[in-house]
Amino acid sequence: MSLSVENLTVYYQTLQGPVRALENACFSLADGEIMGLAGESGCGKTTLGLSLIYLSERMRYIQGKVVLSGTDIPIWDHTKMDTYRYKYISIIPQYAMSAMNPTRKIGKMVHDLISARCIDFEKIKPEFLRRLGLVKLSEDILSMYPIELSGGMKQRMVMVISSLLNPELLIADEITSALDVSTQKAVAEMLVEFRNRKFLNSMIVITHDISVLYQIADSILVMYAGQLSEKGPKEEIIENPLHPYTKLLISSLPKIGMKINEKRLSGIPGKPPLLLNPPEGCRFRDRCPVGFEKCKEVPPFIRIKDNHYVACWKVSKKDV
Amino acid sequence: MKKYFTRKIFVYAITFFVAVTIDWLIPRFMPGDPISNMLSRAALNADGYEMMYGYFSKLFGLDLPVWRQYLNFWANLFKGDLGISLYLFPQPVMKVIWRSVPYDLFLLIPSILLSWIAGNRFGAFAARSKWLDNTVSPIGYILSATPYLWLGIILAWFFGIVLDIFPIAGAYSYSLAPDLSWIFVFSLVEHWFLPFASLFIVNFGGWAIGMRNMIIYELEADYSHYLEVLGMPRSLIRRYAFKNAVLPQITGLALQLGVIVAGALSTEVVFSYPGIGSLLLNAIQNQDYFLIQGCFLFIIIGVLIANFAIDVIYVIVDPRTRKGMTGETE
Amino acid sequence: MKVINKKNEFVFFAFRNKKVIIGIVVILIFLLFALVGPNFTENDPFDFAYPSGPSKPSPDYWLGTTMFGQDVYSQFTNGLRATFLVGALGGGLATLIGIIIGFTGGYRGGIIDEILNILTNIVLVLPGFAVLLIIAAYLDVRSLISESIFIGLTAWPWAARAIRAQTFSLKSREFIDLAKLSGMKAWKIIIGEIAPNMLSYLVMTFILQFGGAILIAATLDFIGLGPTEGISLGLMMQGAVSWGALQLGVWWWFVPPGLAITAIVSALYLMNIGLDEIFNPKLREM
Repeated sequence: MSLSVENLTVYYQTLQGPVRALENACFSLADGEIMGLAGESGCGKTTLGLSLIYLSERMRYIQGKVVLSGTDIPIWDHTKMDTYRYKYISIIPQYAMSAMNPTRKIGKMVHDLISARCIDFEKIKPEFLRRLGLVKLSEDILSMYPIELSGGMKQRMVMVISSLLNPELLIADEITSALDVSTQKAVAEMLVEFRNRKFLNSMIVITHDISVLYQIADSILVMYAGQLSEKGPKEEIIENPLHPYTKLLISSLPKIGMKINEKRLSGIPGKPPLLLNPPEGCRFRDRCPVGFEKCKEVPPFIRIKDNHYVACWKVSKKDV
Repeated sequence: MKKYFTRKIFVYAITFFVAVTIDWLIPRFMPGDPISNMLSRAALNADGYEMMYGYFSKLFGLDLPVWRQYLNFWANLFKGDLGISLYLFPQPVMKVIWRSVPYDLFLLIPSILLSWIAGNRFGAFAARSKWLDNTVSPIGYILSATPYLWLGIILAWFFGIVLDIFPIAGAYSYSLAPDLSWIFVFSLVEHWFLPFASLFIVNFGGWAIGMRNMIIYELEADYSHYLEVLGMPRSLIRRYAFKNAVLPQITGLALQLGVIVAGALSTEVVFSYPGIGSLLLNAIQNQDYFLIQGCFLFIIIGVLIANFAIDVIYVIVDPRTRKGMTGETE
Repeated sequence: MKVINKKNEFVFFAFRNKKVIIGIVVILIFLLFALVGPNFTENDPFDFAYPSGPSKPSPDYWLGTTMFGQDVYSQFTNGLRATFLVGALGGGLATLIGIIIGFTGGYRGGIIDEILNILTNIVLVLPGFAVLLIIAAYLDVRSLISESIFIGLTAWPWAARAIRAQTFSLKSREFIDLAKLSGMKAWKIIIGEIAPNMLSYLVMTFILQFGGAILIAATLDFIGLGPTEGISLGLMMQGAVSWGALQLGVWWWFVPPGLAITAIVSALYLMNIGLDEIFNPKLREM
């Protein structure tokens, strides 16, 4: 098993009190698994992804255990985490477009990054160039400044940089959001290629665009308001979702060929709760079509089938 | 990059033109008559007065039609002829000013450069820890809020009079004549130190604060976050932030030149330091048309040259300007 | 805890922000001094109140007397008035011109912006102080008002630049596009949507201009190009230096005026930092 996360709980510190952004996340990833992390804005997916590598000052670690390839990862210890960052856990950040120092030539910057981690850049350079070729970036890029690159090129560059040291776990945060559709496809496919060539072990792809996950993910984890709703193989999630929220989410997606007079797009009425003082129990219950009394207790994230987990009182092994 | 320079030179050219025109124009609005002022010092009878008046009018070209005077002014400018000083008659203005220039350069260049370098280093240093920041920042703000002239007065009084360590008037001891002896050099430095210090200290405060703010801004930029998230050492992050923060400080230097000139002027007055500032003041008090014009011109040209030099340095240092972006904060 | 709406949010943070409080208090103290201070003495600034010349601060003369026996306290408080006046008028005028030029250029863009920008850059490069010098030198009679006006006329490029930059960034925000799409008239957009968002920025710009005007005026006064009548803090220092106060140790004549200016301008800077924290949620301390 590559990654195992138990009861990860992270809050944000604000003047008005703690915002309960991530509550008791439990899941695991197998070797080589690409897991999509999906959900509405503010559901906690970036918090989850980020907390695995870098707890910012505003984030407060409450509890939880993270094990990567058998090693306990001390995510609460900022200094100790430096040994794991980049080498074992890496991230392609949301702001990849502006992630590179604007006044430094790209080649020099990568050299600085690698040398700072006490690795000889010259040794790594051939592999680095190979990967650049893989993402269709020419070697000339190394003597250019970030401003000379297009958005897609910058994205691919950051992809290569972030995965250069072959991390165990790569977190890709909204990497296709700022791109046009054809570049999205290319970038998504490159990610899979990286995994296939074993440049990295497992990956968490964070996005609100489920269609991307359909293309590249092995499994999908759906979150709502800081809680995990459902995790399962991608075909099952898309074609046969079990959690009420996932059902509504999938059905609200437009399908190719569908016309509006055949079937209107349906949204999910209502809004997600504010996480400053979230409701007790299942946080979806106010909008849930099948909510009932028991939902005031937090439903556990239990294993319904092989590799398929759901947190809902109304779903049990009997239903499958 | 071409666009960058063409714009700058265009602005400088227009500025020069406007400045020269103002320079030529304003004295014309002056109440009183420079020649009669000058002549009133000499005891002349009525005929002699009239003759001298005519002579000087011709000499200074004041009998020509106005537009002619204006064009002559430009022509003379390019010849390097700034006229003849009225109150230091018959010394040519150019010569008088030229004598003061070395003192100004001696005072301004070290104080500007050193305060900029030291202030930037210090500001970056202060941004390292919250404790440092909280002690250093207030001092920086207070220093930059201090009027140059008052700091000069306080330094002159405290170190010059109370402690009697430094002299407070002139560029060198009145009992010495300029030569290359050690005594003279020592006297020069002795007289230079307090005016230099007052300019340095106030500017230092300003740069330190500016740099501290810029560094904090850079440390919160996306590229800094990326470095942090990849576990890069603090020293690398600080190094990148510093190099990027210095760039707007360079432009800032160009923008501050006007303020620094004003500060230098009042400091020269406090310490009776014989730079262009003191000269200008004397010229004004004595209603010396040509000397005023000359001083003003020198200041303008000096500032424009300094601006241009800084623009060139900026292009060399910021790679973005070479790639087409203006790069500087607009 | 209820979710606080925007206006109350600002007030809430304003009262908690130490810097703003300290800044305002210091300025108010000096302002009070300026307004009622002169009433505490019968001496006019230039009266030769004390026949024997200079004397140390005493119960009779709170800040001592000058070389000529004039009441320093009287000069000081009246000088404060002049200082505040110049700051308000000069700073206000500079801000006003800056708003007009900066905003017009930023909002309209295109050729108008180019022209205004070049104009701003020219006045910026021209050492304003030298120009002020020349102008002041040629006026026979100089008043506080004319000094303020001239300062305003040379100091505006800073304000114009800042406001232009701010206008640019606001103009491209989505809510402006929304207003335009919904057919709102231009001036309505300006007053209704842009101005409230810029208000904080304008206040901060004014504060900086206020401080800057005080400093420029003090320097002008000191070198002898200040108002021909009346007293100001800069004129006090000029008097002190010209009449040998340094050599004779009459420190009460030149220390208070400069100290007051330093204190006032520092307080203004402090207020500015505090206001920045209030209006910029990212800077607020946790």
